[in-house]
Amino acid sequence: MTQILVPVVLVAAIGLIAGLGLAVASVVFAVPKDEKAEAVREVLPGANCGACGYSGCDGYAAALSKGETTECNRCTPGGNDVAKQVAAILGLEAGAVTPQVAAVMCCGNSSNVEEKLEYSGVRSCKIATQLFGGPKTCVHGCIGFGDCVRVCPYEAIFICDGVARINPDKCRACKMCINTCPRHLIDLFPLDTVKAAVLCVNHDKGAQTRKQCKAGCIGCMKCQKVCPVEAVKVENFCAKVDYDKCIGCGKCHEECPVGCIDLYEIKKHF
Amino acid sequence: MELTKGLIAILLTAILTQNFVLSKFLGICPFLGVSKKLNTAVGMSAAVIFVMALATAATYPINTFLLEKNGLGYLQTIVFILVIAALVQLVEIILKKYIPALYSALGIYLPLITTNCAVLGVVILNVDNGYGFAQSMFNSVGAGLGFMLAMVMFAGVRERMESCDIPKFMRGLPITLVAASLVSVSFLGFTGIVEHIFG
Repeated sequence: MTQILVPVVLVAAIGLIAGLGLAVASVVFAVPKDEKAEAVREVLPGANCGACGYSGCDGYAAALSKGETTECNRCTPGGNDVAKQVAAILGLEAGAVTPQVAAVMCCGNSSNVEEKLEYSGVRSCKIATQLFGGPKTCVHGCIGFGDCVRVCPYEAIFICDGVARINPDKCRACKMCINTCPRHLIDLFPLDTVKAAVLCVNHDKGAQTRKQCKAGCIGCMKCQKVCPVEAVKVENFCAKVDYDKCIGCGKCHEECPVGCIDLYEIKKHF
Repeated sequence: MELTKGLIAILLTAILTQNFVLSKFLGICPFLGVSKKLNTAVGMSAAVIFVMALATAATYPINTFLLEKNGLGYLQTIVFILVIAALVQLVEIILKKYIPALYSALGIYLPLITTNCAVLGVVILNVDNGYGFAQSMFNSVGAGLGFMLAMVMFAGVRERMESCDIPKFMRGLPITLVAASLVSVSFLGFTGIVEHIFG
């Protein structure tokens, strides 16, 4: 009898002691939970994209609840809804979130750019760009292997004719693609107004650009001259639009000889 | 002198020739699961070293003074699982309270290894080999270090594989298992090294 009883009692006792010990410990060493931070965290989208400037949704929620920041509108993916909910939890002013979308500043599709080498390596822009400046004639433009597609948490990016394009309906302006693109081609746009955009970042001289891409900016200055509000500036043989100044009149778009200035009606790219 | 020599021999044996992951095939789950990135591999290994040492320190007296004295050696497995699981939970709670930085570094890995076979394996092997307390501790720390060595090496291999053009049918788990077996074979090179140094 004792042969059975002793081990049973022993294991039960050890289990009991361990269980009681844990129960006591969980009360004695209890960490007070930050209820505000948890409530805020519930509201945030949870993509951990880092658009707010913190390490992730947890980091932003902790910073808000501790009062390190009072800006409720830093979550661009969440937009106005999330900002309002966060503000309601913390009792702060919401502040407007400027709706933004990302766009790829390149129009080097197959009719404008040619393949200069037959690339059979790993289909990753980061790797391909290290081999003779990528498989296309333009060494500044989109490679189209979709590093941005893979990193997008909202599945907003797709490759169209060798160039990445971003679906503005799905894009949440989280900046993941901006930080991923090895050629820094992706930029944020204000969504609500029509703006002119230069879909090229090629800083080579005109003649050289011409050899690389039919639609590349050659720095001819025509857009700069025609702009009524001085929003377009050509620097280093490539035009750039100041989106704060641009009124979306479309004169530069009509004047551009290569057609790389687009009036940014985002839907056009579909 | 003889004693320290023996302890160092045990430590090196546990790290190199009798590596827990690559020779004894214990703890394969975290070895394959958490070795994708170097920093997670290091975090996991640090947690394993910590838990292995702790588990040995706790189970040794229980085994010697409670189980073996009463002739209940056959209860080893169940009692050890119980003690280790409770201990890790307790440590987790205490860490959370007093060292939040360490908790956030090891936190997610601690529950993963509460009943890991490598941890249970090391305490049972200590008993089977008839080690004393010091020997057991050296064996556990060595096993943990060996786990870390294997994890870090394999994380390096896997990070290199990320940028390789692997045939489609081999992608994912197949190539990982092949790579793991090759790393394991490479550890055969250490066979006999400790015996020759200390023998």
